[in-house]
Amino acid sequence: MSTAQGAQSGVRPQPAGQPLAAPQAETGPLLAVRGLKKYFPVREGIFGRVTGQVRAVDGIDLTVAAGETLGLVGESGCGKSTAGKTILRLLEPTAGTVTVAGRDITPLPRRDLLPYRRTLQIIFQDPYGSLNPRMTAGAIVAEPLAIHRLAHGQARRERVADLFRRVGLSPDQMGKYPHEFSGGQRQRIGIARALAVEPQLIIADEPVSALDVSIQAQVINLLMDLQAELGIAFLFISHDLAVVEHISHRVAVMYLGRIVEHTTREQLFARPLHPYTEALLEAVPVPDPALARGHGAPVSGDVPSPLAPPPGCPFHPRCPLAEPQCRELVPPLEEKAPGHWAACHLR
Amino acid sequence: MTATHTDAMPHATALQSANSAGRAVAGDAVAGDAPVLRVQGLSTSFATREGTVRAVAELSYDLRRGETLAVVGESGCGKSVGALSLLRLIPQPPGRITAGAVWYGGRDLLTLPESALRDIRGREIAMIFQEPMTALNPVLTIGRQVGEVLRRHLGLSRREAWARSVEMLRRVRIPEPERRMGEYPHQLSGGMRQRVMIAMALVCRPQVLIADEPTTALDVTIQAQILDLMRDLQAELGAATLLITHDLGVVAEMAQRVVVMYAGRKVEEAPVGTLFTRPRHPYTLGLLASMPRLNRAPGHARHRLAEIPGTVPPLHDLPPGCAFAPRCTYAVERCRREAPPLTEQGPGQLAACWEAHQLPEVAP
Repeated sequence: MSTAQGAQSGVRPQPAGQPLAAPQAETGPLLAVRGLKKYFPVREGIFGRVTGQVRAVDGIDLTVAAGETLGLVGESGCGKSTAGKTILRLLEPTAGTVTVAGRDITPLPRRDLLPYRRTLQIIFQDPYGSLNPRMTAGAIVAEPLAIHRLAHGQARRERVADLFRRVGLSPDQMGKYPHEFSGGQRQRIGIARALAVEPQLIIADEPVSALDVSIQAQVINLLMDLQAELGIAFLFISHDLAVVEHISHRVAVMYLGRIVEHTTREQLFARPLHPYTEALLEAVPVPDPALARGHGAPVSGDVPSPLAPPPGCPFHPRCPLAEPQCRELVPPLEEKAPGHWAACHLR
Repeated sequence: MTATHTDAMPHATALQSANSAGRAVAGDAVAGDAPVLRVQGLSTSFATREGTVRAVAELSYDLRRGETLAVVGESGCGKSVGALSLLRLIPQPPGRITAGAVWYGGRDLLTLPESALRDIRGREIAMIFQEPMTALNPVLTIGRQVGEVLRRHLGLSRREAWARSVEMLRRVRIPEPERRMGEYPHQLSGGMRQRVMIAMALVCRPQVLIADEPTTALDVTIQAQILDLMRDLQAELGAATLLITHDLGVVAEMAQRVVVMYAGRKVEEAPVGTLFTRPRHPYTLGLLASMPRLNRAPGHARHRLAEIPGTVPPLHDLPPGCAFAPRCTYAVERCRREAPPLTEQGPGQLAACWEAHQLPEVAP
């Protein structure tokens, strides 16, 4: 499937001669996540007794092939950011496996993760909060090169200058501090830092959400250009459906810690199967006054607490189609049409 | 709290005359729509480390009875400072309203004594904000806070205020309003808190509602609920709404007319349909083109977005001439020298651009 999509979007495979950070499997996806769970204990009282579990990520499966973009979309609290951090083992998974280029990294001790940190990089929503304010932009971008012992002295400085040019910054700006840059430029620094180690996959956690619309377009285009030129794969985490439609080859929709629908970008937006996906798409304000909805909201109610998710389908309390079985049985994620997975009893 | 006030705007510029021309045209189009609020030449400055910057410069618009007027622009364009200045709610210092008038009911809000303005705020002109948690008092129950507005402004008794508050909570579709009255803000979800804010704002049936990014902090399904609620309440209660937003989707869903701001100034004003189909300022055109749009049609291929090159200039270092010129693909020599005045571009449409005639007739 990924090969077809790669061809369709003009994505080329990893250019030859680029060093690979981790052993590359001959076949199989670059990233495969199976049954991933991340629970956070809720503690109460002076002894910190565990009184419950927040099921932030409650058993998700996903794959990302080399050179493709998987959009992971959902509303706040659905677990999409926690999923991203757990895949990188910035958070320790409660259960499940994360396989990078054919190797399961979940049992590895932290010190053995370094080569995989070269394969997988992350960029964050808040470029300001994720850049050390006391380091120059040049030093920030050079830091991963030092950690991974990739280049030294003049070679390192030249590599950093190249990275600055690559993300649309000027090498003259290497001596400046993060506060001297605009929000969009800071996100470019974050991207340059992630690119420094030549990763094969970047987890992009709401990378354009904090940016104004005119700057957002610049950063989205930059990410798409980098993919076309370097063959980088993205796990693109976002709440913004228009941005996800724009950038993704495939899309997974999360609700209350689970993936409820997963298919190609075209299927998901043109023929969504899950009632939650339909509601999300309906809820997006249409920037065209001639088409403006002007009536009704597609779903009522709030997202339930992940501390006490409802029994049965997590969406049933808000679902306009819910039937008795939805209140009792959790619907499995099933292939309803070729390449189109949805977790719904009724579709 | 002093507002330097120049009632005749001695430096009556091209902007002023163009503006009144625009108003006459718009007035003809919708006859008898007297403005409920008229903003004239409003300028607000802030003292910063880089010196005094003009966050809002010579801003003028009318808000008509029963309409929703959207003020749209990116961060730092002055849209929020402009709205806060109407009720003198900017911190002074470092802020200072340096010029202009805000006419409401025959009085200029910028010169009114603070006590008189306090009676208007919340009762006749109400505000809702992006983050209700900062506007609600965390240690008072919902009932106490909604009731307080009624007791203060309408002098209702405790019992009357309670009954009216419950009714208002029901009206903003809060389930089990009696129970919610005894709860504290942190016990509510973000969407419910925004409903409480709207209830507090509308409980005295104000003439004007100023909504500053009211749905920006909310998830998209909750945003749809709140926008729907705001539309229904406007139809029911008729408050003229000034909607401050960065989201052109929200503008298209909610507004009848739109003001576009860039670097502290109004650069375009138009009826909403005109703005989206025939914008006359290159910045508006750029915003529309750079926005990723949900396109659910099958066969819609991935493509690059149009970009507005560069970044918004810092307010302490604005270029001479048109502030948008350094990023503008239509800019000519004159744009870099001379600031363009707002001129009439069509029925109810104003734009500040020397090269407006070069823009495509239909937006892409």
